[in-house]
Amino acid sequence: MTPEKRPFSHNLSYYEDMHLVVAKTRLSENVVRLDVSAPRIAEVRQPGQFVIVRLGEGAERIPLTIADADSDAGTLTLVIQAVGKSTKDLTSLEVGDSITDIAGPLGHPTELITSGRALCIGGGVGTAVVHPIAQELFSRGVDVMSVIGGRARDFVIFENELFRFGDVIVCTDDGSYGKKGLVTSVAQDILANSEIDIVYTAGPVPMMRAVANLTRPFGVKTIVSLNPVMVDGTGMCGGCRVSVGGQTLFACVDGPEFDGHEVDFEMLMDRLTTYRTAEKQSLNPNCQSRHASVSTHLP
Amino acid sequence: MIAKSPDTPSKPTPKQRMLIERQHMPEQDAQARAANFGEVNLGLTEQLALLEADRCLQCKVPKCVNGCPVKVNIPQFIKHLSEGDLPGAAKCLLRDNVLPSVTGRVCPQESQCESECLRAHKGLSVAIGYLERFVGDWAREHSGDQTPNEVTPSGKTVAIVGSGPGGLAAAGGLAASGHDVTVFEALHKAGGVLIYGIPEFRLPKKIVEAEVRRLEKAGVKIVCNTIIGRTYTLQELQGQFDAVFLANGAGLPIFMNIPGENLKGVYSANEYLTRVNLMAAHEFPNSDTPVLRGKHVAIVGGGNVAMDAARTAKRLGAESSTIVYRRSKEELPAREEEAHHAREEGLQFEFLAAPVQVLGNEEKWVTGLKCVRMQAGEPDESGRARPVAIPGSEFVIPCDTVVTAIGSRANPLLTSTCPDLQLNKWGNIIVDENGMTSLPGVFAGGDIVRGAATVILAMGDGKRAAKAMDDYLRNTETESGSIRNNIMASLCDVNL
Repeated sequence: MTPEKRPFSHNLSYYEDMHLVVAKTRLSENVVRLDVSAPRIAEVRQPGQFVIVRLGEGAERIPLTIADADSDAGTLTLVIQAVGKSTKDLTSLEVGDSITDIAGPLGHPTELITSGRALCIGGGVGTAVVHPIAQELFSRGVDVMSVIGGRARDFVIFENELFRFGDVIVCTDDGSYGKKGLVTSVAQDILANSEIDIVYTAGPVPMMRAVANLTRPFGVKTIVSLNPVMVDGTGMCGGCRVSVGGQTLFACVDGPEFDGHEVDFEMLMDRLTTYRTAEKQSLNPNCQSRHASVSTHLP
Repeated sequence: MIAKSPDTPSKPTPKQRMLIERQHMPEQDAQARAANFGEVNLGLTEQLALLEADRCLQCKVPKCVNGCPVKVNIPQFIKHLSEGDLPGAAKCLLRDNVLPSVTGRVCPQESQCESECLRAHKGLSVAIGYLERFVGDWAREHSGDQTPNEVTPSGKTVAIVGSGPGGLAAAGGLAASGHDVTVFEALHKAGGVLIYGIPEFRLPKKIVEAEVRRLEKAGVKIVCNTIIGRTYTLQELQGQFDAVFLANGAGLPIFMNIPGENLKGVYSANEYLTRVNLMAAHEFPNSDTPVLRGKHVAIVGGGNVAMDAARTAKRLGAESSTIVYRRSKEELPAREEEAHHAREEGLQFEFLAAPVQVLGNEEKWVTGLKCVRMQAGEPDESGRARPVAIPGSEFVIPCDTVVTAIGSRANPLLTSTCPDLQLNKWGNIIVDENGMTSLPGVFAGGDIVRGAATVILAMGDGKRAAKAMDDYLRNTETESGSIRNNIMASLCDVNL
């Protein structure tokens, strides 16, 4: 049956609206959770997908994984770590501010199992990336266990959210919260002592590489969520190319999730340093924050 | 020379017309422009344009029109122009071509309309492209003086996927036929390749913006940040619009598949140009998107995109910008004007050279491009001599940035979500002579059908599809249309 014809073209305000920030939570000193209005994306997004966000005129297009969505409220949850200028500008947004452009949902949805036991490993802000995966696995009846970590207590996020879907083990590098040590050592114990069907991981590249190296001898499939530099997010530029199984693929259209045992993490780390000098330059205090100029567009 | 004033047009005799020499396009000085992003060609003055218009012989059977993919009535608009009737010229031109300011700048006229011009047999053709640009620009600058054509709404809705030249041409045609047109664009700005691909110095972005605005004034709605295949599926569009035109382009860059291609400093031309054109990376840090400003840049490929990338590199401050092309100088596919401008701006060319490896240092930055010397071999399927590597002829071009401009493939983002849409082996959409795909009511054109081609060929597809879609919409009782038509009919009855 063909769907009921809706007068698409008469509803344009629906698309043209800027994306209002409806809630803001500071998760740690540098990490902010924003709930922003994007009704259509909230309706159709699936775990593992991302959006391209452009704050306003002159701002960068940056990819952000959708950490959660509320299709009734029409909002997306974005978790942003202030690293460079663009992410700093985004984390300085307040409730009532808007983002000019949000495009998506982009990328392939996560390859999900429907039964068995999954281990979700999140590091730092990457914990927000595994959150929707754990959420969907839980709703499918998969047994979910999470190991999350951060440098210190302040860097651990989404613990309570993940706890809703199963056990959560927290570790910190300095032992200020949870177990002292790396997520990989906790994960090793779990892999050695229980039957795990699949591992999902997101976080700093060295962590994902360590997880992939850890699971390889156990023969447990490991899905990693990669975060290379992107521009358009639709396959047009090829800037996000990664090497997987010796093949060059585009993270935006072929990923962003890949088999961690096949990913060339060294190349990813190298390519992520491409704009390091530029990042420092744009953080120069003489460079005006984009946020100031965006606020002027507000009603 | 003929003295003339726009108020009292004198009619030159054919003999007098033949005596007028082709006007030169005023340009920014080569050295100055290689350091700025301002437009290279400055446009004819009105005086020069009128003089050039007088060179047209007003052939009874104008061959130039056959050379034009969108069939602009060239002699007619030139006739209006030569009579000083600019509104008439603009109206005539815009009827056939919705983006004259664009095509007047980027079309390869020398191999299309101008190559068919009678005057080209004996000297130089009429500078049709310059005149098109002049009239298009006049129309843009005097848009307030033109009365939009009254159109009767058809009650039918059309979705167009992609706001590049194909999508915009179709949008213009369909809106003129009274259809309610919505264009969906994946990026945050409308214009497709005209915005992200073609540099400012060849096609100022404000011109594209103005042409898009004119279409919006004609009733076309443009919705950005919407990726069909992701934000909405094609099936949803089919359910909610009476017809769909797919013009989402060939947006998947081809890489060379040689070692070192993932080193830092290797760009696809798409990425390099998008960073600068769409994201204003040349203004970094006043814009937020960076681009590597290479000192020595090697560009692989010989087409217009390669010229654009190489000339962009120069403007970003490169000391050397070298085009590496595997065939000979004579076979360079770029427009002669582009290659000429590139040479004037100090670009270097390495002809008959094919890259075999990108060299890098320990930190994985590009340090050079290793190439092998080629020679002309047996003709290939295209009839051109197949370039063959000369064994042992490897040499290195020292560089810190490599840009590959060797073409693009069909982007599967949309097509992979429509299993019923028939594709050829390269992933391009298969269409019939009317531009209709294997799905009824879904048409397609431009690069997603042709593979990488030109702005004007995409526009030709858009224009033809608009005509075919108009026929389809008028001859097919689509659901929403029939309901609305019934309402209209009952209203008419009451009035009668």
